[in-house]
Amino acid sequence: MSEERRIGVYVCHCGGNISDYVDVAQVIGAVEDEPGVVVARAAMFTCSDATQQEIIDDIREQELDGMVVASCSPSLHTETFREVARRAGLNPYEYTQVNIREQCSWAHTDDREGATRKAIRLVRAGIARTRLSAPLEPVTVETVPKTLVVGGGVAGLRAAFGLAEIGLEVFLVEREAELGGQVGNLGAIYPHGNDGRALIARLTRAVGERPNITVFTRAELVEKSGSFGNYQATVRVGGEPGERIQIDVGSIVVATGFDSYEPEAGELGYGIEGVLTLPEFEQLLNQDGALTFNGKPVESIAYVYCVGSRQPGGHEYCSRYCCSTAVHDSLRVAEHSPDVRQYHLHRDMRTYGKNELLYSESRERGSLYIRFADGEPPAVEKLPDGRLRVTVRDLLTEGEELAIESDLLVLVTGMVPRQNEELTGVLKLPVGKDGFFNEIHPKLRPVETVVDGVLIAGACQGPKSASESVTSALAAVSQSAAILKKGSAELDPLVATVDPEKCSWCGTCQEACPYDAIGRLALNGKQVAAVEAAVCKGCGGCVPVCAEEAIDLQGYTDAQVRAMIDGLLQEVAR
Amino acid sequence: MTNVEETIREAGPRILVFSTDISGPGIDFAGSLHLHYSPEVDVISMPCTSGIKPAWVLHALQRGFDGVFIAADGEECAYLPDCAQRASRIAADAQALLTQNGYEPQRLKMAAICSVCAEHFIRYMHDFSATLAELGSTGSG
Ligand SMILES: Cc1cc2nc3c(=O)[nH]c(=O)nc-3n(C[C@H](O)[C@H](O)[C@H](O)COP(=O)(O)OP(=O)(O)OC[C@H]3O[C@@H](n4cnc5c(N)ncnc54)[C@H](O)[C@@H]3O)c2cc1C
Repeated sequence: MSEERRIGVYVCHCGGNISDYVDVAQVIGAVEDEPGVVVARAAMFTCSDATQQEIIDDIREQELDGMVVASCSPSLHTETFREVARRAGLNPYEYTQVNIREQCSWAHTDDREGATRKAIRLVRAGIARTRLSAPLEPVTVETVPKTLVVGGGVAGLRAAFGLAEIGLEVFLVEREAELGGQVGNLGAIYPHGNDGRALIARLTRAVGERPNITVFTRAELVEKSGSFGNYQATVRVGGEPGERIQIDVGSIVVATGFDSYEPEAGELGYGIEGVLTLPEFEQLLNQDGALTFNGKPVESIAYVYCVGSRQPGGHEYCSRYCCSTAVHDSLRVAEHSPDVRQYHLHRDMRTYGKNELLYSESRERGSLYIRFADGEPPAVEKLPDGRLRVTVRDLLTEGEELAIESDLLVLVTGMVPRQNEELTGVLKLPVGKDGFFNEIHPKLRPVETVVDGVLIAGACQGPKSASESVTSALAAVSQSAAILKKGSAELDPLVATVDPEKCSWCGTCQEACPYDAIGRLALNGKQVAAVEAAVCKGCGGCVPVCAEEAIDLQGYTDAQVRAMIDGLLQEVAR
Repeated sequence: MTNVEETIREAGPRILVFSTDISGPGIDFAGSLHLHYSPEVDVISMPCTSGIKPAWVLHALQRGFDGVFIAADGEECAYLPDCAQRASRIAADAQALLTQNGYEPQRLKMAAICSVCAEHFIRYMHDFSATLAELGSTGSG
């Protein structure tokens, strides 16, 4: 059979992500003469449009009937290359993705020879699998046109409204008594100075007016069962024990936000009167008229940036919003109290994109920006007259020590992941090293998680501004629409199949299937098992229980797995 | 032994890992973090632990792997609520099969690897490599 196959093999450099650690030319050389291989090529980026087109041309010109791409994890590009196959008229299930990045080059950056040998083995196994592949057609499942949104901050509210607008039924679950999240507590916010509370009030009203949105406050998601396209969610309303409500939904959008970094006692003077975190300062700014603190007018303010962000060994990431918020705050101060002196002590200013204009404006209005070195944070002490003295070495004047006296010191605090163990457990959400929820791929699948139909949006995924949170919320809306609007979704046809020749009906496989996907059929005068493809989840749980070895899982057949094992060991085979 | 074989033996025991929809991302994550383990570890991915045939474990050893590691779903399996029990049965059956065929049952190891259990995976690979090195090669053919 293998001689009859016409397989194309494509090995990716992935820029240098693979080729820096794996000798790609050697891999090609080792596999190009494998039985069934008619084309073997390397590419700088196999996923690039140009290479996709080359593959399509190969498939057509060389009449390929199988394809192997050795690049990144199948979770990233399986669909990309299935689509390439489809466009070229090749059945997408005749294609095998071989993972030589996450499971090879990146895991063996210390051993080029070992990594190269391994890549060769993995590609051979992929070719062996493809030699035995068969053309398959997708299975269609019905999806429930309803979505559960967890978290009613700006991201969750905007997602709920967007989902309702496209005609999906929405359930919005908020843990607190009030909707709105962090933005609901803010006054004027950057970039345009709109009032956060007013923004939330407007969104909440819009959500309330939608008949197809049901809002539960003081509520949490406590259980989830079912499968892709049709999840059964249990929501507990009104605290423990509360009332439990069952809802069927097709997708779940998680928008549970972040917490603000809480400085340690004594960290940069935290605990001294007049030393405030950014959220505390925001509350102070919400007062009317000229700025006062404890009844006294404020004449000078110092800010220290990157508190709880970009800290080696602690929260190492940049929290994104804080530079722009503090700069914007200084403009709000300048507006109401133009005589207040403002000193910004920073390691770097990251008012990225259009917010750079806020930074320029703040400087024009008299704010002073002083840069200190990474390892040399300012020192803070309280003066006898109740004011604060902040001492800092100014990098630009070659370390000259400056002592700044101020009425207030604002610690420009960053974002930290919210403690949400129960939800993480219920949804099996992947949590990254930084403690925020992980998407499948930051560029290609930025709001999907490894759990099908469970999407993430807003700052629960990592630090985001309000507008970035809304952008990702809308991405989750369109992703939900893609899954749910058609009323059905196409599923991999990688399901169980029964060989009626071998089957002598004993019923063991039927008992092993909790989804009732296996029935009994009379065929050619005998009773045999038959799998209902749309119900089968493709787990393969029925495969090892069959004493007659009559069941195979498509894509993972007995013959394919054995051939892959043999392919992996070819170099020592005798 | 041929040169190829010598190189391989020096490189350490050869391990076949069966991964799943849950543990595969965990193993990917280890790579994304550039955590190192032996390049003699090869992964074949399956959707779920419950679909692994004991006969494949024997086949792998007979063909030249020194050990097989099942990176199981544990309690996290999205398909089967009793996946952990099924997996234990499969592992027990496979070990019985190994014993019948003259292989040490310790050449099969199973542990749950979650979708972000990168460090766990690395630790298991180090420990399993050490166990297999002590057992010596299957010297198969
Ligand atoms: C002091 C400060 C100033 C800021 N200024 C600006 C600014 O000027 N401009 C700007 O663009 N951004 C600003 N931001 C950032 C902005 O607040 C965030 O971008 C935004 O709040 C993110 O929205 P979110 O919906 O993702 O999260 P959140 O606002 O945190 O909302 C999450 C919601 O989920 C709920 N929740 C959490 N867990 C659960 C659960 N298990 N079940 C149910 N509900 C749950 C929470 O109660 C909350 O209501 C500022 C932030 C701070 C702290």
